[in-house]
Amino acid sequence: MIELHAIRKAFNQGRENELWALDGIDLHIEAQKVTALRGPSGSGKTTLLTLVGCLARPTEGRVRLAGEDISGLPECFLTEIRRRRFGFVFQQFNLIKGLSALDNIILPAYPTGRPRKQLLERAEELLARLKLGHRRAAKVEWLSGGEQQRVAICRALINDPELLIADEPTANLDTHLAKEFMAILEGLAGEGRSILLSSHDPLVTESDVVDRVVEMRDGRIVDER
Amino acid sequence: MKLWLARRRYLIDFTLLALARRKTRNLGLLLVYTVLVFMLASVTLYSHALRQEAARVLANSPEVIVQRMVAGRHDLIPPGYIEKIGRIRGVQTREARLWGYYYDAVTRANYTFMVPAQGAPAAGEIVVGPALERSRGLAKSNGISFRSYSGKLHTFVVADVLPQASELVSADLVLMSEESFRAFFDYPAGHYTDIALSVANPLEVRNVALKLAAALPDARPILRDEVLRTYASIFDWREGIVLALLSAAILAFGILAWDKASGLSAEEKREIGILKAIGWETGDVIKMKFWEGLLVSLTAFLLGFVAAYVHVFHFAAALFEPVLKGWAVLYPRFQLTPQIDGLQVATLFFFTVVPYAAAVLVPIWKAAITDPDSVMRW
Amino acid sequence: MLFQPAIIALLLASALCVLALAASAPFAVEVIRRWNIKSGSERQLQLERRTYLFSTLLGFVLALQLAAVLLFVFNAEKMSAMFVGAMCAVGTLNVNAFGFPALNAKIAVFFLAAMWLAINHVDSRARDYPLVRIKYALLLILAPLLAASAWVELQYFLGLKADVITSCCGSLFSEGSPTLAAEASAMKPLPAMWLFYASLGAVIALAAAHGIGGARRAWLAYALAAASAAAFAGTIAGILSFVSLYVYEHPNHHCPFCILKPEYGYQGYLLYLPLFVATAAGLAVGAVQPFARRESLRDIVPAFSRHLATVAANGFALTAAIASVMIWQSRLILLTQ
Ligand SMILES: Nc1ncnc2c1ncn2[C@@H]1O[C@H](COP(=O)(O)OP(=O)(O)OP(=O)(O)O)[C@@H](O)[C@H]1O
Ligand SMILES: [Mg+2]
Repeated sequence: MIELHAIRKAFNQGRENELWALDGIDLHIEAQKVTALRGPSGSGKTTLLTLVGCLARPTEGRVRLAGEDISGLPECFLTEIRRRRFGFVFQQFNLIKGLSALDNIILPAYPTGRPRKQLLERAEELLARLKLGHRRAAKVEWLSGGEQQRVAICRALINDPELLIADEPTANLDTHLAKEFMAILEGLAGEGRSILLSSHDPLVTESDVVDRVVEMRDGRIVDER
Repeated sequence: MKLWLARRRYLIDFTLLALARRKTRNLGLLLVYTVLVFMLASVTLYSHALRQEAARVLANSPEVIVQRMVAGRHDLIPPGYIEKIGRIRGVQTREARLWGYYYDAVTRANYTFMVPAQGAPAAGEIVVGPALERSRGLAKSNGISFRSYSGKLHTFVVADVLPQASELVSADLVLMSEESFRAFFDYPAGHYTDIALSVANPLEVRNVALKLAAALPDARPILRDEVLRTYASIFDWREGIVLALLSAAILAFGILAWDKASGLSAEEKREIGILKAIGWETGDVIKMKFWEGLLVSLTAFLLGFVAAYVHVFHFAAALFEPVLKGWAVLYPRFQLTPQIDGLQVATLFFFTVVPYAAAVLVPIWKAAITDPDSVMRW
Repeated sequence: MLFQPAIIALLLASALCVLALAASAPFAVEVIRRWNIKSGSERQLQLERRTYLFSTLLGFVLALQLAAVLLFVFNAEKMSAMFVGAMCAVGTLNVNAFGFPALNAKIAVFFLAAMWLAINHVDSRARDYPLVRIKYALLLILAPLLAASAWVELQYFLGLKADVITSCCGSLFSEGSPTLAAEASAMKPLPAMWLFYASLGAVIALAAAHGIGGARRAWLAYALAAASAAAFAGTIAGILSFVSLYVYEHPNHHCPFCILKPEYGYQGYLLYLPLFVATAAGLAVGAVQPFARRESLRDIVPAFSRHLATVAANGFALTAAIASVMIWQSRLILLTQ
């Protein structure tokens, strides 16, 4: 589904603190599989996720999405692709404070201009599925960590993306909640949704749900399983 | 098209929610904005009303006034002068007038003494303007004495007080009979102050003036339109000066708006980052901010304008009177007629909304280009 | 006479526009020299982000120009009280030699900015931003034009002396004087009406043909742009020579500005607004057409062109309809069978 070819990514390019966070990545992320990135801190997992998820552009190399080269696309087209095809669950959840759970969930659909009724139906469906129906009107800052993450998952799914991207999804959760998250993941994977995540957590990387673990170090892929 | 509208609606919805969430932060800006609009609108509404007032007053005055000049100075009209004007085509009526100024040492103000063409009061009686009524505490059928320039004391009975309708000019008016006037000022018999001509066709006025100048070389015709033009430009000029002075305020406001817009809180920056990460485009964020600015602007504009309207027309522009009026020692306390002029509103819009938009444009863009991948690093 | 509120506002707006374009000039040069869409370098990312700023700025300039044209005429209208012989905007604009050039320059800049924005629009739709260099080169041409327009405007306002006796619409548009405008107004109503309705009819037909035909024919696009310009001229001539007469119900009052007055219910704005929008859209069709063959613009240009053609057709039709209603409602009879 997504092919990365000789990807390099620099920060502070041309200055003395120049840093190549990714240094020659070749990777093929397959559809309908759960892929996990593992590696020490600073190895470039998050950076790689941003490139795959079209949040940033590689400094060198090519990204192909369904056969099309998207590495040179201007930001607005990347945004469009991102909106349509990817859903994100961030480590800090990144919900917008002051808005209700429901409002947060439908936010990614605003630029699509889909009718509100349709949006609300879809949001309710997702809320019900993640057992959050009773919290729909609550302001997100009053939700517990686990609930916040489930709201974030709902938000990631509102535009029905092909690939769900999660950066360290269990880092802010206790073991019980982490297990719950893995259960949700399993459900999504069972539906045939592709998932890409990064994690240190053995609970994630050792799990049966994960089809493939990619080992990273210093901006390179060192091992694969 | 429907999609386009739906997107707009979502953006506006979100903007309203965002504004409501950050009430206090926006309130300060809104307040300053409103005060600025209020000040500028007060100035323009007030000077426009004054202009209209002057125009209304002059509308009833004759089209042409003829003064006689002697040695370059305004002099009395001698007997027989009016006949010399003869028949000029286009002139409907000729009328010699009697009027003069009187300095009242009691109130330290100038009054205009005048003999009206029709309906002059009986000898020994006067009709006074509302300002005089107030400052000297006069009422109908009271007596009042003025010491004439020759030193003699003259006593009059107030027969009536003029209505308030157009106080600006009639405030300091004192109407009396011809005999009283001549006696009071020791005005030589047969002499007049000036001559009023009425001309029906406005296009003829210039020709009439030219013919007058040819027939009577020592006459100076004063055209009403010319006076009106002078007033208009004086008022405009004053308004312009005040606005130019207030431009410092506009500039300060622009800087404040710039500062507010660029000093986004960490919270707000983060929000924009999140929006971009979950699929909002830079353009969407700019549009959202644009709506935010528009809503704030319109609200401030409306509030400020209404407040200025109330200030000018219900409280007689209490804050600006000394600056803008000041054309008589005797301040007439007059009620301005409510007037709104499209050009003034448009100009006001240019003075407030355009600087605001210009000031926030760059900061908005700066906020909108927040890296979408930055949210991954929080 | 600079200390007039509206004049200060207009000068302020011009200064802002010039400033905005002056600020974008160095950026334009940098884009022309350094742009490389294929690169993922940080400099390229920066350049791309800044294009958002300059598109927004240009949109702002366009909006400001349109508002300024309106305010300019509005103000000229009001200031006519201050000049001997001036009865409406024409008199004020005639006070010195810069009046009408200032107005024309403003209108020209408005249309040029609209065309630039049209090019900008199609370009930012294409995935490889194919026109970015051309676009910013055009911006470099637009900037001095805008500055010139601001300069003419400043000269005009500096030269406004209250003691000047000017001539107003009565003499400028009278059949005896040798100006182009007078020539237009001297046209007999019947041929002028032919010209008016024919030019509008032609442009509406072309716009419709262009829109229905999927905007695939290059010559149609250019013809539509030319016809838009012609229809603009034809409409102004028509307003001068007969529409105004019907509105004023006076057989000799030729004036394109008096219809903007409150005495005539601001009818002029109804007439001019669709005319300006439609002309801008029609000209924009021509502006984007040269790029229709670019690989990445193959579908984008025709789609947008169709959209513009629709706007143009509707706008011109509205103009014709409004003018016809004005004539219909008038009690003046110019043409007798
Ligand atoms: N915006 C930035 N500017 C400069 N350096 C950056 C930036 N973002 C990331 N880096 C650097 O790039 C390298 C890779 O970072 P990245 O966040 O991808 O690592 P990671 O594998 O996700 O680490 P962790 O497990 O701690 O999240 C790090 O050395 C980091 O300091
Ligand atoms: Mg990380």
